[in-house]
Parts: sequence; structure tokens; C-alpha cells
Amino acid sequence: MVDAEAMTARRIDARARFLPVGDSAFAVEFGDRIDPGINALVHRTAALLTEARPEGLVETVPSFRSLLVHYDPLSTSAQALQRFIGGLELEDEAGQAPPRIWRIPVLYGGEAGPDLTEVAAATGLSEAEVIALHAGTLYRVYVQGFLPGFAYLGDLPEVLDLPRRTSPRVRVPPGSVAIAQRMSGIYPVESPGGWHLIGQTPLRFFDPAQSPPTLFAPGDGVRFVPVDARAHAAIAEAVARGRYESELEGGSA
Amino acid sequence: MTARLHILQPGPQTTVQDLGRHGFQAYGVPVCGALDGTALRLANALVGNEAGQAGLEIRLAGPAFEVVGGPARLALAGAQARIEVTLGDETRRYGAWRAIDVPEGAQVRVGALAGSGCAVLAFAGGVDTPPVLCSRSTDLKGRFGGHEGRALASGDRLLLGKGKAQGPCLELPSPPRVAGEVTLRAVPGPQADAFTDEAVAAFFATPYRISREADRMGMRLEGPPLAFRHGADIVSDGIATGAIQVPGSGLPILLLADHQTIGGYAKIATVISADLPLAGGLMPGGLVHFRAVTVAEGEEARRAREADIARLVASLVPVREGARIDEAALYQANLISGVVTALESS
Repeated sequence: MVDAEAMTARRIDARARFLPVGDSAFAVEFGDRIDPGINALVHRTAALLTEARPEGLVETVPSFRSLLVHYDPLSTSAQALQRFIGGLELEDEAGQAPPRIWRIPVLYGGEAGPDLTEVAAATGLSEAEVIALHAGTLYRVYVQGFLPGFAYLGDLPEVLDLPRRTSPRVRVPPGSVAIAQRMSGIYPVESPGGWHLIGQTPLRFFDPAQSPPTLFAPGDGVRFVPVDARAHAAIAEAVARGRYESELEGGSA
Repeated sequence: MTARLHILQPGPQTTVQDLGRHGFQAYGVPVCGALDGTALRLANALVGNEAGQAGLEIRLAGPAFEVVGGPARLALAGAQARIEVTLGDETRRYGAWRAIDVPEGAQVRVGALAGSGCAVLAFAGGVDTPPVLCSRSTDLKGRFGGHEGRALASGDRLLLGKGKAQGPCLELPSPPRVAGEVTLRAVPGPQADAFTDEAVAAFFATPYRISREADRMGMRLEGPPLAFRHGADIVSDGIATGAIQVPGSGLPILLLADHQTIGGYAKIATVISADLPLAGGLMPGGLVHFRAVTVAEGEEARRAREADIARLVASLVPVREGARIDEAALYQANLISGVVTALESS
């Protein structure tokens, strides 16, 4: 009896709602907030669909709390695909440790992080305290998107929670390490951006010639490691020559 | 010996596009691809290619180029335009919706587009740029794919694929035309409930004007601002092509092929896939109406659209040169009449 109830409770149609997104996509929405447990359900659903490959599935786009499912209306329908997805079962994965933890070298402040001084002033902390807090947090890759290879990393410590800049920059250089609200992120390519830039990493996060094209995968852990200007320059040179191996906690990638 | 194109004048924005880069949105990579996918498929059919081979997407006006290293067969679809082919001191004029055999050494000039803001110029064998993440589409923002990840510029050299032009040149006897005012069918959601009932009703009742801020990512629309129940911001979620997102200003933005993969504004409705090619051809200043349909109606409309395209492809016939009247005159007439088309009336 209890088992049957638990099985029903694990079904996707008991945990999510389906939202219409035109005639070739729909959203499977697990909640309305940013939460590691909810996000894990999204990525687990994406993985289940990648394995199951139901007829007419084109691709899925995971985000914080919902999965966008693209389908081909010439070979299936929203109704048929939702019935299939609704019957899949999810195990709770909340609290699970990240499969791997990346160590990302960052040169903080100065020209590399032009907003560090402002962030310190706005939060009432010293620049060193901001760096210690930012680098002392283990982040989770919630979502990749908006830009190719841009990863939303959370959660940022509450004391660093700031709204986005009132006037976004027209050009943010690639490798900029930034914060806004409860997230940190790294701009993989030059782009306009409204986040606060506190540092710079020489690593590359998006390479369309690679498969997969991004360094991070959903659910990965990320830790920022402060480096000085000399180490930053040395790593930048190694990256440019294709000689840098991204580091994982407990050994190289 | 494969033919190449030497670009003399690129036009306002000419990019290499195919049917898009599918399967990488989870990494933040947008789909891109031709704004008017129907035009790409028809242009490819006219030159004997497979439906999804890469061609040149033209916006507003066409490029000028020289064909070198061999002859080329090409066809323009999606809009009308005058196509001049000059070899030595002889210039021949053609229109869209037919294949044209261009001899080696000839210069081709594609004029201003009429009837749509975008068109596709296909070449027998396709445009042979290196595929990136399984597609030749240009990602302008990501700066990869197509020709060096950017729009064409004067002096560029493009390789054409090896496919040989076979048989006589084909034409489409009754090409689709676009009306001045366009109605796009859209499914309410995914966040229609973020808006007041009056706002949703107004969105489907009032025409919107395409603003000057219109590119391959999206088009800002001008009209009555839409009121939110609480606010424009949502926890970012996935975006589909055709989504109509509404930022805090209340003015909707119709998102097109190059849209970002996720975003944090509420989306009031999503244009159905059957009508996306029409949306891609909208031009600044033009009016657009939105009509609400259900998901099932959208899926049915897509099947009907596919049947239309299959019928158009099956209708291709060899060009009847003898029966041809002045194509430029025809094209002027089309501009004036602008009636609803075979595609439109489906």
C-alpha cells in the first residue's frame, strides 16, 4: 500500500505540470523557485528522456525549475508525449553530492574585476572578505543558457546578494567572473551584460569544435580559486597554446 | 572543379543558413537557421538539392557576386527580387521562384526584396562552409558556423558543394505571395496567466506594428502595453522560437531563430510552427495580428503546411522560356496586388 503510494508520488505527472509552448514544444514545470532539489528533478527528467528516446522527441532544454521539451508535431503530439513523460518515475536526488568539482582560477579585482570595489561598498564588506566569500563557496551548475556555455552557478552567499547593475555594460569580456542576486556566472563569450564583474578567469568554457561544446555539465560542482596576476598570465598562455588541463578537485580532468 | 562565389557586395545582412542547429540548446547554443524555412526548402527543391542544404539568407536586399571556377545553378525563394546575370556585355534579368543557370565568370546581382523581408538563395550542391555542431547555420552572436560566424562581406569567397545541376531548370508555376497585413496564429502560454485577462484579450484583438528594432533574434512590437498580474519577471525558463515575451515595458517581443535559449520574462503566447516562416519575413512598419489557437489546432496547421509544401514541390516544372513575359513587369504587378496565397489560404 505504502509502496504503491510512493510509486504514484514518484510519477512525473504527480510532481510537475505541463505548460503549452506552441505546437512543437511544451514545458514540464516542477516548481516556481530556484532550488537544488527541484533543479535535480529537471535534469533527471532530461536524462530519462535522453535514454528513452520517445518517438518524435527533438531535444530538451533544462532550466532552473522546468524542462522545455521540443517535439516534431509530424511524428507525435503534445498529448501523446505528455502521457509518456507523465508516466515516468523520478527518484529523489536532492542533497546528492555533485559528481565532480571544477577548480576555476580567478584573478580578482582591479582591471580584471572592475566592480569588486562597488560590490564591497554595497555589501559593507572589505574586498578581501568579498573574495573570501565568493571563493569559499561550493557552487552547483543549475543551468547552461542564455549564452552558449554560460553557466548559472548557485547559490551565492546571501550577504553578496545584489540586484543587477542599473545600466548593463554593452561589452563584457569573455572570462569575466560575475555575480548578481544569488548567482555567480562566467561570461564564455563577449556579450552585453548586467552582472557585477569581480574577476577574470583565463579558462575557456565553450568550444563549438568539441562535443559536448561546454566544459561544465548540469549538476557539476564549481569552486573558484584566487590566483595572482602572474599565475593568471601563465595559465592564460597555457590555455592559448592548448596546454592547460582544467582541474578537478582530487585530480586533473 | 567546384564553383566558388566571390562576393562583390554583401547586401544588408546575408548569412549562410540551413534548417538550424538542433540538439545543443541545453548547452546554451541557439538553433539559428533560415528565418523562412519554407523558402529554404523550396529554393533547394528548385535547384535539385535536399531540403536542408545550406543556402544564403538575404534580408531586405541581395548580394552581388561573381561565379568562378565553374558554372552554378541557383534559385531565389521567399520573396520577389530582380536577379541580373551579366556575362561580358550581356545582362539577362530573371525573377525569383525559378532555377537559373549561371555560366562561369558571370556576375549575379540580386536586387531589393519585395513581399517579404527575407529570402533564400540556394545553389545546386549547397553552400559548402564547414559544419559546426552538425549545422552550417551562422550563429551571429556566438560568432561561429556559416562563413566565419558572421554575415558576408565584400571580398569573401564561398565554396559551393559538388552536387551537379541536372536536367532542365525548374520553376514554381504559382509562387506563394505575402499579404501586407499578416495574421500569425499563436497558442496562449506558457505564462499567459502572468497577464491580466484584459491584457490577454487585447493581445489577440489589437494589431501590433513591427518596430525598427527587428533582427534575427527577435522583433519588438509596438501597440497597447500589456498589464501583468504581478510583474514581468519569472524564474528563467526555456524559450521556443515564436515565443512572445513581454518585458516590464509591457510591449511584446516576437522571438525568432537566433533567440537566446532561456530567459526571465513572461511569455504570453507562442506562434505556431506553420506560421514561423511568415513571421520571419515581417518588416519594420508592417502590421501583425495574433489569433489564438489550441495546441491541437497548431499541430493540425503544421501538418496542413507540410502538405502544402509537398504539393508545391510536386508542382515544379521546367522553365517555359518561350511563354515568359517580362518578369520585371510581373514582379511590379505582384507588388501592387499582394494577395493572399496558396500557402496563406491553407
